Formats: sequence, C-alpha cells, structure tokens
Amino acid sequence: MAIPLLIILVSYAAGLLLPLCFPARPKIQNLMAHGLAAFASVGGIGLGIVGLFAPEPLSMSVPSTIPLLTFSVRLDALSSFFLLTISLIGLTASIYAMGYVTVFYGRISIALLGSLYNGFLLSMTLVTLADNGFLFLIAWELMSLISYFLVVTEHEKADVRYAGLFYLIMTHAGTAFIILTFLLLFQGGGSFSFDAFRHPEQPLPDDMRTLAFVLALVGFGTKAGIVPLHVWLPYAHPAAPSHISALMSGVMIKTAIYALLRVYFDFFGGQFPWWWGFVVLVIGAVSALLGVMYALMEHDLKSLLAYHSVENIGIILLGIGAGMIFHSYGLDELAALGLIAGLYHTINHAVFKALLFFGAGSLLYATHTRNMEEYGGLLRRMPWTGAFFLIGAVSIAALPPTNGFVSEWLVFQSLFLSYQIPSLLMKLMLPIAAAMLALTGVLALTCFAKAFGISFLALPRTSHAKHAEEVPWTMRIAMGVLSAVCLALGLAPILVVPTMDYVTASMIGISIGDKMLALDGWALAPVNVEFSSLSSPALGLALAATAALGLALVALYGGTSARRYSRPWACGVNLTPRMEYSATGFVQPIKRVFNTIYQPTVKLETEFLEESRYFAKRRRFEFHIEPIFQTYLYDPVIVFMSRLADRMRIVQGGSLHLYLAYMFVTLVVLLLAAL
Amino acid sequence: MTTDQPILQAIVLTMAQAIVLVSVSPSIVGLVNKVKARLQCRQGAGILQPYADLKKLFRKQAVVSTSTSWIFTATPYIVFASTVTAGLLVPVFASQTPLNFAGNIIALVYLLALGTFFLILAGLDSGSPFGGMGSSREAIVASLTEPAMIMAIFAIALTAGSTNLSTIVHKTALLEGIVTDPSPHVMALAALFIVALAETGRVPVDNPATHLELTMIHEAMLLEYSGHYLALLEWASAIKLLVFLTLIANVFAPWGIATSLTPVALTIGLAVYLAKIAGLALLIGTIECMFAKLRLFRVTDLLGVAFILALLGLLFFYMLRG
Repeated sequence: MAIPLLIILVSYAAGLLLPLCFPARPKIQNLMAHGLAAFASVGGIGLGIVGLFAPEPLSMSVPSTIPLLTFSVRLDALSSFFLLTISLIGLTASIYAMGYVTVFYGRISIALLGSLYNGFLLSMTLVTLADNGFLFLIAWELMSLISYFLVVTEHEKADVRYAGLFYLIMTHAGTAFIILTFLLLFQGGGSFSFDAFRHPEQPLPDDMRTLAFVLALVGFGTKAGIVPLHVWLPYAHPAAPSHISALMSGVMIKTAIYALLRVYFDFFGGQFPWWWGFVVLVIGAVSALLGVMYALMEHDLKSLLAYHSVENIGIILLGIGAGMIFHSYGLDELAALGLIAGLYHTINHAVFKALLFFGAGSLLYATHTRNMEEYGGLLRRMPWTGAFFLIGAVSIAALPPTNGFVSEWLVFQSLFLSYQIPSLLMKLMLPIAAAMLALTGVLALTCFAKAFGISFLALPRTSHAKHAEEVPWTMRIAMGVLSAVCLALGLAPILVVPTMDYVTASMIGISIGDKMLALDGWALAPVNVEFSSLSSPALGLALAATAALGLALVALYGGTSARRYSRPWACGVNLTPRMEYSATGFVQPIKRVFNTIYQPTVKLETEFLEESRYFAKRRRFEFHIEPIFQTYLYDPVIVFMSRLADRMRIVQGGSLHLYLAYMFVTLVVLLLAAL
Repeated sequence: MTTDQPILQAIVLTMAQAIVLVSVSPSIVGLVNKVKARLQCRQGAGILQPYADLKKLFRKQAVVSTSTSWIFTATPYIVFASTVTAGLLVPVFASQTPLNFAGNIIALVYLLALGTFFLILAGLDSGSPFGGMGSSREAIVASLTEPAMIMAIFAIALTAGSTNLSTIVHKTALLEGIVTDPSPHVMALAALFIVALAETGRVPVDNPATHLELTMIHEAMLLEYSGHYLALLEWASAIKLLVFLTLIANVFAPWGIATSLTPVALTIGLAVYLAKIAGLALLIGTIECMFAKLRLFRVTDLLGVAFILALLGLLFFYMLRG
C-alpha cells in the first residue's frame, strides 16, 4: 500500500506546487495541474479497487512529534469505496477542467486554481484514509478551507463573496460539532487513534453516546447538506467554477456520509437504539422532499442542481436510516440491504450529479449565463452536451434502466420490507417514508423535465442561446465517460452489488451478495426473491424490443416514414420564443398546489395607458418564495450574534491602559484560582 | 417461476402477452366510446373504429414542427416501448408472467414515468404554448398520482407477501394467504381506480374527447403530432388504459386467470380476461357520462383522496393483523 499511496500523494503534491513554478504560462499550468490530478486519480481508483478486495484492511502509520497526532492511514472496504468514488469523479473532473478553465485565461490565476484543485482532491483523499482523529480533522479542515477558496475563485463578484462567507461560517460551525464529537470519543480511550475510538477502554455511558450521535449528525450533516442545515449548498455550489461544483456536490458532501457511517457503524460498532435510525430516516425523508421542492422553483441551473444534492443526500440517508433501524432490531440481512441501497445511491449520485454539473458548466461556458430562462433550443446547437445532459437527467429522475432507478428501487425495497419489524410504529413509518420518496421521485422527474426541456428544447430564448457553440472535446469526453458509467451502473448491478456487499459485510458482518443476485445474476432480489425482484438488463432489452416493435408496426401498416417540416400553428402569427412556456410557468401548478410549503409572494404591477384602463402599457411581475429556514431559523441567530458582537465591543476600548488592566486582572484571577 | 421454465416457452408467452395487449387495446377505446355514445342516445361509431383511425394515421405523411429536435421524433417510440414493457410486467391471461423477475410494481410505475417524462419533453419541444401547458399540467397530475399508486399496490402486496405483480395475482388466484377482512383491498381498489382514471387521462381528470385548450392535458402534449407519430402515441395511450384495467381486474379479481400453462386453462383465461376488461370498459364509459371534468386545481383534491385511501388500506392491514 505504501508505494501506490506515496505515488498518489506525491502526484497531488506535485500538482499543488508545480503550476506555481510557471508564472504567466496558463496553458502549461493548466496541463500540469490537471494532468497530474488525473494521474493521481487513476492511482486513487486503483488503490480503491485493491483496498475493496483486500482480505484485511491495509494500514500504515508514521509517528509525529506533535502529541496525540500520528500520521496513520487505514484502507478498509468503507474507505476504499469512498476513495474509489472520489477518484473516479476526480479523474473526469480533471479532464473536464482542462477545457473548462480556458475561460478563465487572463482573468484569474490558473496556477492558483489548479494548485488549489489538487489540494482539494488531496484533502478529500486524506479524509477517507485517515485513521487518527487529529489527522482526520486536519484533512477535513483543509478540505473545507480549500473548497472555500475555490468557491470564491471569482471573488470580484459580490454574490460570490457572500456565498463564500456563508459557506465558510456554516462549515466551521459544522466542524465545531465534529471536534466535540471526537472529544467525546476521546474520553473513552485517551487517544485520538480510530482504534481507540473503536475499542475504548471504558465505554461511554449511554447519554454521552446519544450526545455523540447528535453532535456527529449535526456536524457531518452540515457538510452533507441535510435539512435544515442545507442552506449553504445553493449559495456555494453555483458560485464555484463548474468542475469544482461537480466535485463539491458529487463527492465532497459524500465524505460526510462516509464519516457518519464510520462513526455509527465502526466506532459505535452498530450498537444503537432504534430511534437513532428513525431520526436519520426522518431527516432523510424531509431532506429528499424539501430538496426537490426547492429545486423545482429554482431557475438558476446550478442552484437547481445544488438543491438536488440535498434531495439525493436525503435518499441516501433513507437507505442508511432504514439500515440502522433494521440493524437495531437484529434484522441484519435487511440492514445490509438498506446500507447497500444507500451506498449504491452514493456512487450513482456522485456520477450523475458530476455529469449534470459538467453539463451546466458547458452551458455556462457556451452562453455565459446560468439562468435557464435565457436558454432554449440548445440541443440543436450543442448536440453532444444535450445528449449527455439528457442521460444525466434520466438517471437523476430515476427512470429505468439507468443507475438512479436501480438504487432508488433498492431504497424502496428496504423501506417496504419494514413489515418484518416487530414495532407497529416502524411498520407504518417506513412505508410513509416510501410514499415521500415516491413523491420525491416524481417531482425530480418534473424538475428535470423542466431543466432539460426549457434549456435544450424548442426555440432559443435569447441571442446567447442562439449563438451558443459546442464545447471543447475534453469537456465532452468527461461527460461522455460519466454518461457511460451511468448506463453501466444501471445495466450491470451484477457487478456493483457484490462490491457494495463487501463494504456492508465489513460494517455489520453479514454478506447478502449471493442472496441478492437471483437467476445467475440477471435479477436483483432484495433478500427474498419472492417479495420482489428487478432485472435492469431485462428491462433494457424489453424496452429495446418493444421500441423495435413500434418501428415494425409503422413498417407493417404500410406507413410512410416520410415527413414534412412546417412551422407550428400559433393561431395565425409566427411562433416566437416569447410564446413558449417559461420555467416559471411550467412549475406554476406545483407552486400553487404546494403553496403552504412555498408561501409564495406574487407582485403584479400594471401601468395603464392614459387614454383607457383597458390597455396596459407595461406589466411587471415579481414572485419569490419564502426561504422559510433562513427567515425563521438563521436570521434570528444572525441578528442575535451581531447584537452580541455589538455589546462585546465595549470591552475592546482601544486604550492600551485598559488592555494592560485586563491582563493584570486576568493574572490576579488565575493566581487566585491556582491557590 | 421463470427458472424452471424453458426459455423458449417464456419468450413465446411474453410475445403472446405483448400481442394481446397491443391488438386488443384499440377495441377497448372503441368500446368505451361506444358505451358513451349509447348513454348519450347516439348510435356511435363501431367498436373497431379505432383500428381504422390508426390505419389512416399510419398512412398519412407526418408534419414535424421546424422548431423541434430529435426528442420530438424519438418520443413516440419511447412512449410506445415503455408502455408495452410496463404491460409485460402485469399478468394478463396467465398468472405467471415470464418477465415477472424483471420488475415489480415500482418498476411498472417508473416505466410508465419514463414515457411521461419524454411526453412532457415532447410537449415542450414543439415550442407551442399548448404543448408547454399540457406538459406542465401532466407533471402535476403525475406527481400526485404516483405516490397514491405505490401505496395502493403496497397495501395489497403485504397480503400476498410480494410486490411482484405476477406473484400477487398467482397467489390470490390460488386463494393462498386469503384475508378474512377485505377492507384493505376495498380501500386500495378505490385508490387505484382513481389513479387509473388520472393516469390514463379520463374524465374527471382529463377529457380525451376534447381539444379545447382550457381543459386538455394529454391531448395538448400530442397537439403537434401527426401521421405515424400520432398513431403510435394514440396506440400507446390505448395500451396504457388497457394496462391499468388489467392491473385492476387481475390484482383484485384474478379468478379465472390461467394458473397453469395448459391450452384449456389458457383459453379460459383469455376469455375471462376479455370479459373482465369489457366490464371495466363499460364502467369507465358510464363514469365519463355521469361526471363532469374537474377543474385542474380540484383534481389535486381527488388525488389526495386516493392517497389517503391507500394509506388507510395500509393502516387497516396492520390494525387487522395486529
């Protein structure tokens, strides 16, 4: 393990430093930074695969002179899986970035961007590998800080600076909770090594364990973007350059999922009461539903995708929460199913979310705007980007036979199998969570029908869209690779499920891989083949065959496949883009049906002609939805904190004598305390 | 189960099922229309009229809007394929569907959603405001029906201990795991019936006979289609109607369906199936004559009722089982 790991770390470090040695040569900086990152990611993929199938966890340790800190890394199945996911997205993001950063030439320093990019990937890699609480926190903090610097890449814009600040505060609040969690765990063994967390000399009392559960959930949940801690995502993700958004949304928030699994299943050894799982499940269901609902109202393509990350983290947590509930009732096969569903969705979401962010980045690259209402007709101008974005959209909308469908199906099954739980409450709650997931699924479908339909179809709405051009080939290759991975993960669960099974087997010690693959691996059967089964390859084949049947019918009926092109009928006038349905109009019925959640405010001002009240000269329509969490949860805190800061300012009088007096008083107090 | 069936037999059975679904479906639409005509004291067109309509459409040259992309021309095939594939997961005349292993009720719902997704895109692609309006409305109706549908089937699935449709139907037909109290089934049936009306665009949710812009949903999305594209889409919506009727008939009253693969059983199964479907078509035709179409924003209430009914069915199941 030592040599490949060293190669990876050295390549990232080289990618971090070398671009800075070539000032004012953006092309070389670009190639060097992203080439080295791609190379290191390939190494990461290799190491991840090796680690997954290694019989024993690989580990190594380098002592340090700092007390409590050792540079120890450990690669078990869980870390390998996340390392693999991060490296896969890292590889494609590096290829994508080679084309994408060309827009920044001459505007911002490519050396700095590329160097930070490598640092970001390096820190995420270290987060998954760390086997020491101290090292983990250092890597985690590096990841947060570097991603902050990447978010504020275009810091000349005020909204980007605001987004960065918001993100910085949120992520540090989260880190504070994580530090508290680790300090609690530290009580048990007096060491920050993960081994001591796992096997504490004196186990924590129950109330302390509960406290650690809550602290970890809040701390890592902030990074993951669970509701109501999700508010930073729609600010930070769109503000960053698109390949960074893909990494943040696709994999950085997954490190929080990794850490939660590490804490609950590894450190606590899976010993927890049922309600821990239930809390995770409820948070998952609420995040999934609210995430997609806010996404629907969003017309900035990248913000929309950021809200979908909230949704998908929710779906992942539904799987994990169900797994935790099953595990606490001793139903370990079902627990494994829930966890496999969650992990499967984790890699799927990483892949299609990165693909969609690349797509959004390509649109931004080609049109210089993120506002969907200014797109339109782009499928004709950018056929490759359009086709890849469509594959991503179909996957995230969980439509068969893509990867999103398979993992969402598994989540459904683990929720439905709740009838085996002895508690009536859980029996009822899990299907209700399934109903919420069903609603989430269809709303996601609607949202991506909107995103793709408004952006890529019909007539171009602005001249930006009219003159858009297809993006460079490096960007297309990155999207093409991820599209292929989307389809492969969907059509070949036979390869994926055994891999996930390794991971869950290492977590709860039960392997259900053989049981899940029925009919020589053609069908997936969650534990019980009688209860349900799914074969995405068979569905794919059936879809192809029936589409061929449709073609055959056309031929059989002597139908002519000839067609004539004509302008669509628009009641006698020429069809113009202004007549098309807008994104706002498209979601209006949904806004109206769910207005208790959105609390929309609509303002319509009309200026009439002087001659008659029947003719309007100008109309102004404004609508926005109430950001409930910000208004009722965050704003009071912010107001309180700034008032407190104002009060505290009295202490800081600005006079040297006063400060000397403070020192004297402190000294006296300390001396008194020492006596 | 499929494992012990020879593969050839499975393929033949699957194709037979596809042929039945595809060939019978237009006549169901014809039957519904005939019933409506008779109830409105009209003679009405013959039951076989839809076949003639389809034939005519297939022969016509298609006109495609200049503003569209390949999505518009690919959609009819995708919708057709997803609807027929969904139909292959539902037992039709034999309770053991060869493709049972390929997907359960969730897969069926999501396959239909695949068609809906592309139809929504096609509606937007034409660039005409009608298409966009249809798409937008279809999206809200679909959003509210699918949770109700999943809940309804799940309430039934619990009784049979399976979410695979073929297993549910087979077990119910053989009276295995029969319930003493049918109330979960009654609730679920009511919910699923409302869902079926909404999903297939029938009154009181949508009116397939109208082309009035204020009321149409499904037809608005198809407005720009013509020729063989339109024929395929019309056919697909007829198949979708048949799939839902089959689902209701066979999940709630599977008796008579062929539980073994002998020629006699299959013949009886087919005859009973056609009779059941015809009965349901009569019911749909009657409902279409008795009710007015609901306002779009009242539809949500109806679908909310469906969801609550399905949830109650689930609750009753657990309450009765203790």
